[in-house]
Amino acid sequence: MTYTQLSVVGVLMAICLDIFFFRTRLIRRSLFWKSYAIIVVFQLLTNGVLTGYRIVRYDGNAIIGPDAPINSAPAFVGAGRIAFAPVEDLLFGFSLVLLTLVLWVWLGRIGIGRTPVSGPPRAFMRRLMK
Amino acid sequence: MDHLAYLGVLLFCLCGTAWLEVALRTRVYRRWHRLVLSIAPVVVVFTLWDKYAIGRGHWWFDSELITTVRIWSTIPLDEVLFFIVIPICAVLTFEAVRSVTGDEAGDELSTPSSASPR
Repeated sequence: MTYTQLSVVGVLMAICLDIFFFRTRLIRRSLFWKSYAIIVVFQLLTNGVLTGYRIVRYDGNAIIGPDAPINSAPAFVGAGRIAFAPVEDLLFGFSLVLLTLVLWVWLGRIGIGRTPVSGPPRAFMRRLMK
Repeated sequence: MDHLAYLGVLLFCLCGTAWLEVALRTRVYRRWHRLVLSIAPVVVVFTLWDKYAIGRGHWWFDSELITTVRIWSTIPLDEVLFFIVIPICAVLTFEAVRSVTGDEAGDELSTPSSASPR
């Protein structure tokens, strides 16, 4: 299978685990989407470094976009890329994050590490956020 | 030093989220056993994916910009660490948002649908 196909399968598998297997149903919670919105920004930033500096490179036959040029950075946006990275990386990252959080929440539900709970923010942070 | 480029990105991710544990009292590292159990299956699944993708040539790495250590003969150590670091960042972000918003995740004791505590 290509990276494109696998990345779609990965997202579908993660969603199935969330909805049907662990029944955490995170994709129906605003907490998950607020968190993911923050995470995806930093994914674009850090993955942009990994792909822009060509620490990692991709086979044009495995992704939607073409082979990247050999001696320069890939397209910043376009040619199947966002912030230098193949769009497939967004799906890869989504399934990585969703699977992690499904397991985290499921473990909490069965009573492992449920406490001490998160928050509240420290006083100086609460003042900053006012 | 070039060999530390990938690790540098991972260090940035760790440092960029670690302060949440203190400032927002996420208590993720404090619940390290829950964290380890959450991440272990993720590392296994995504390392297998990585092994397949590297084997099929879906992606490859600039050997000058990663460590020289290989796991399972083809997977850079940097990649395995990625599958540990990014999940930690994800959980810290998740618990940070919960700390600030008070939104429920479904693992609270008061949630009717949650499993009964032992």
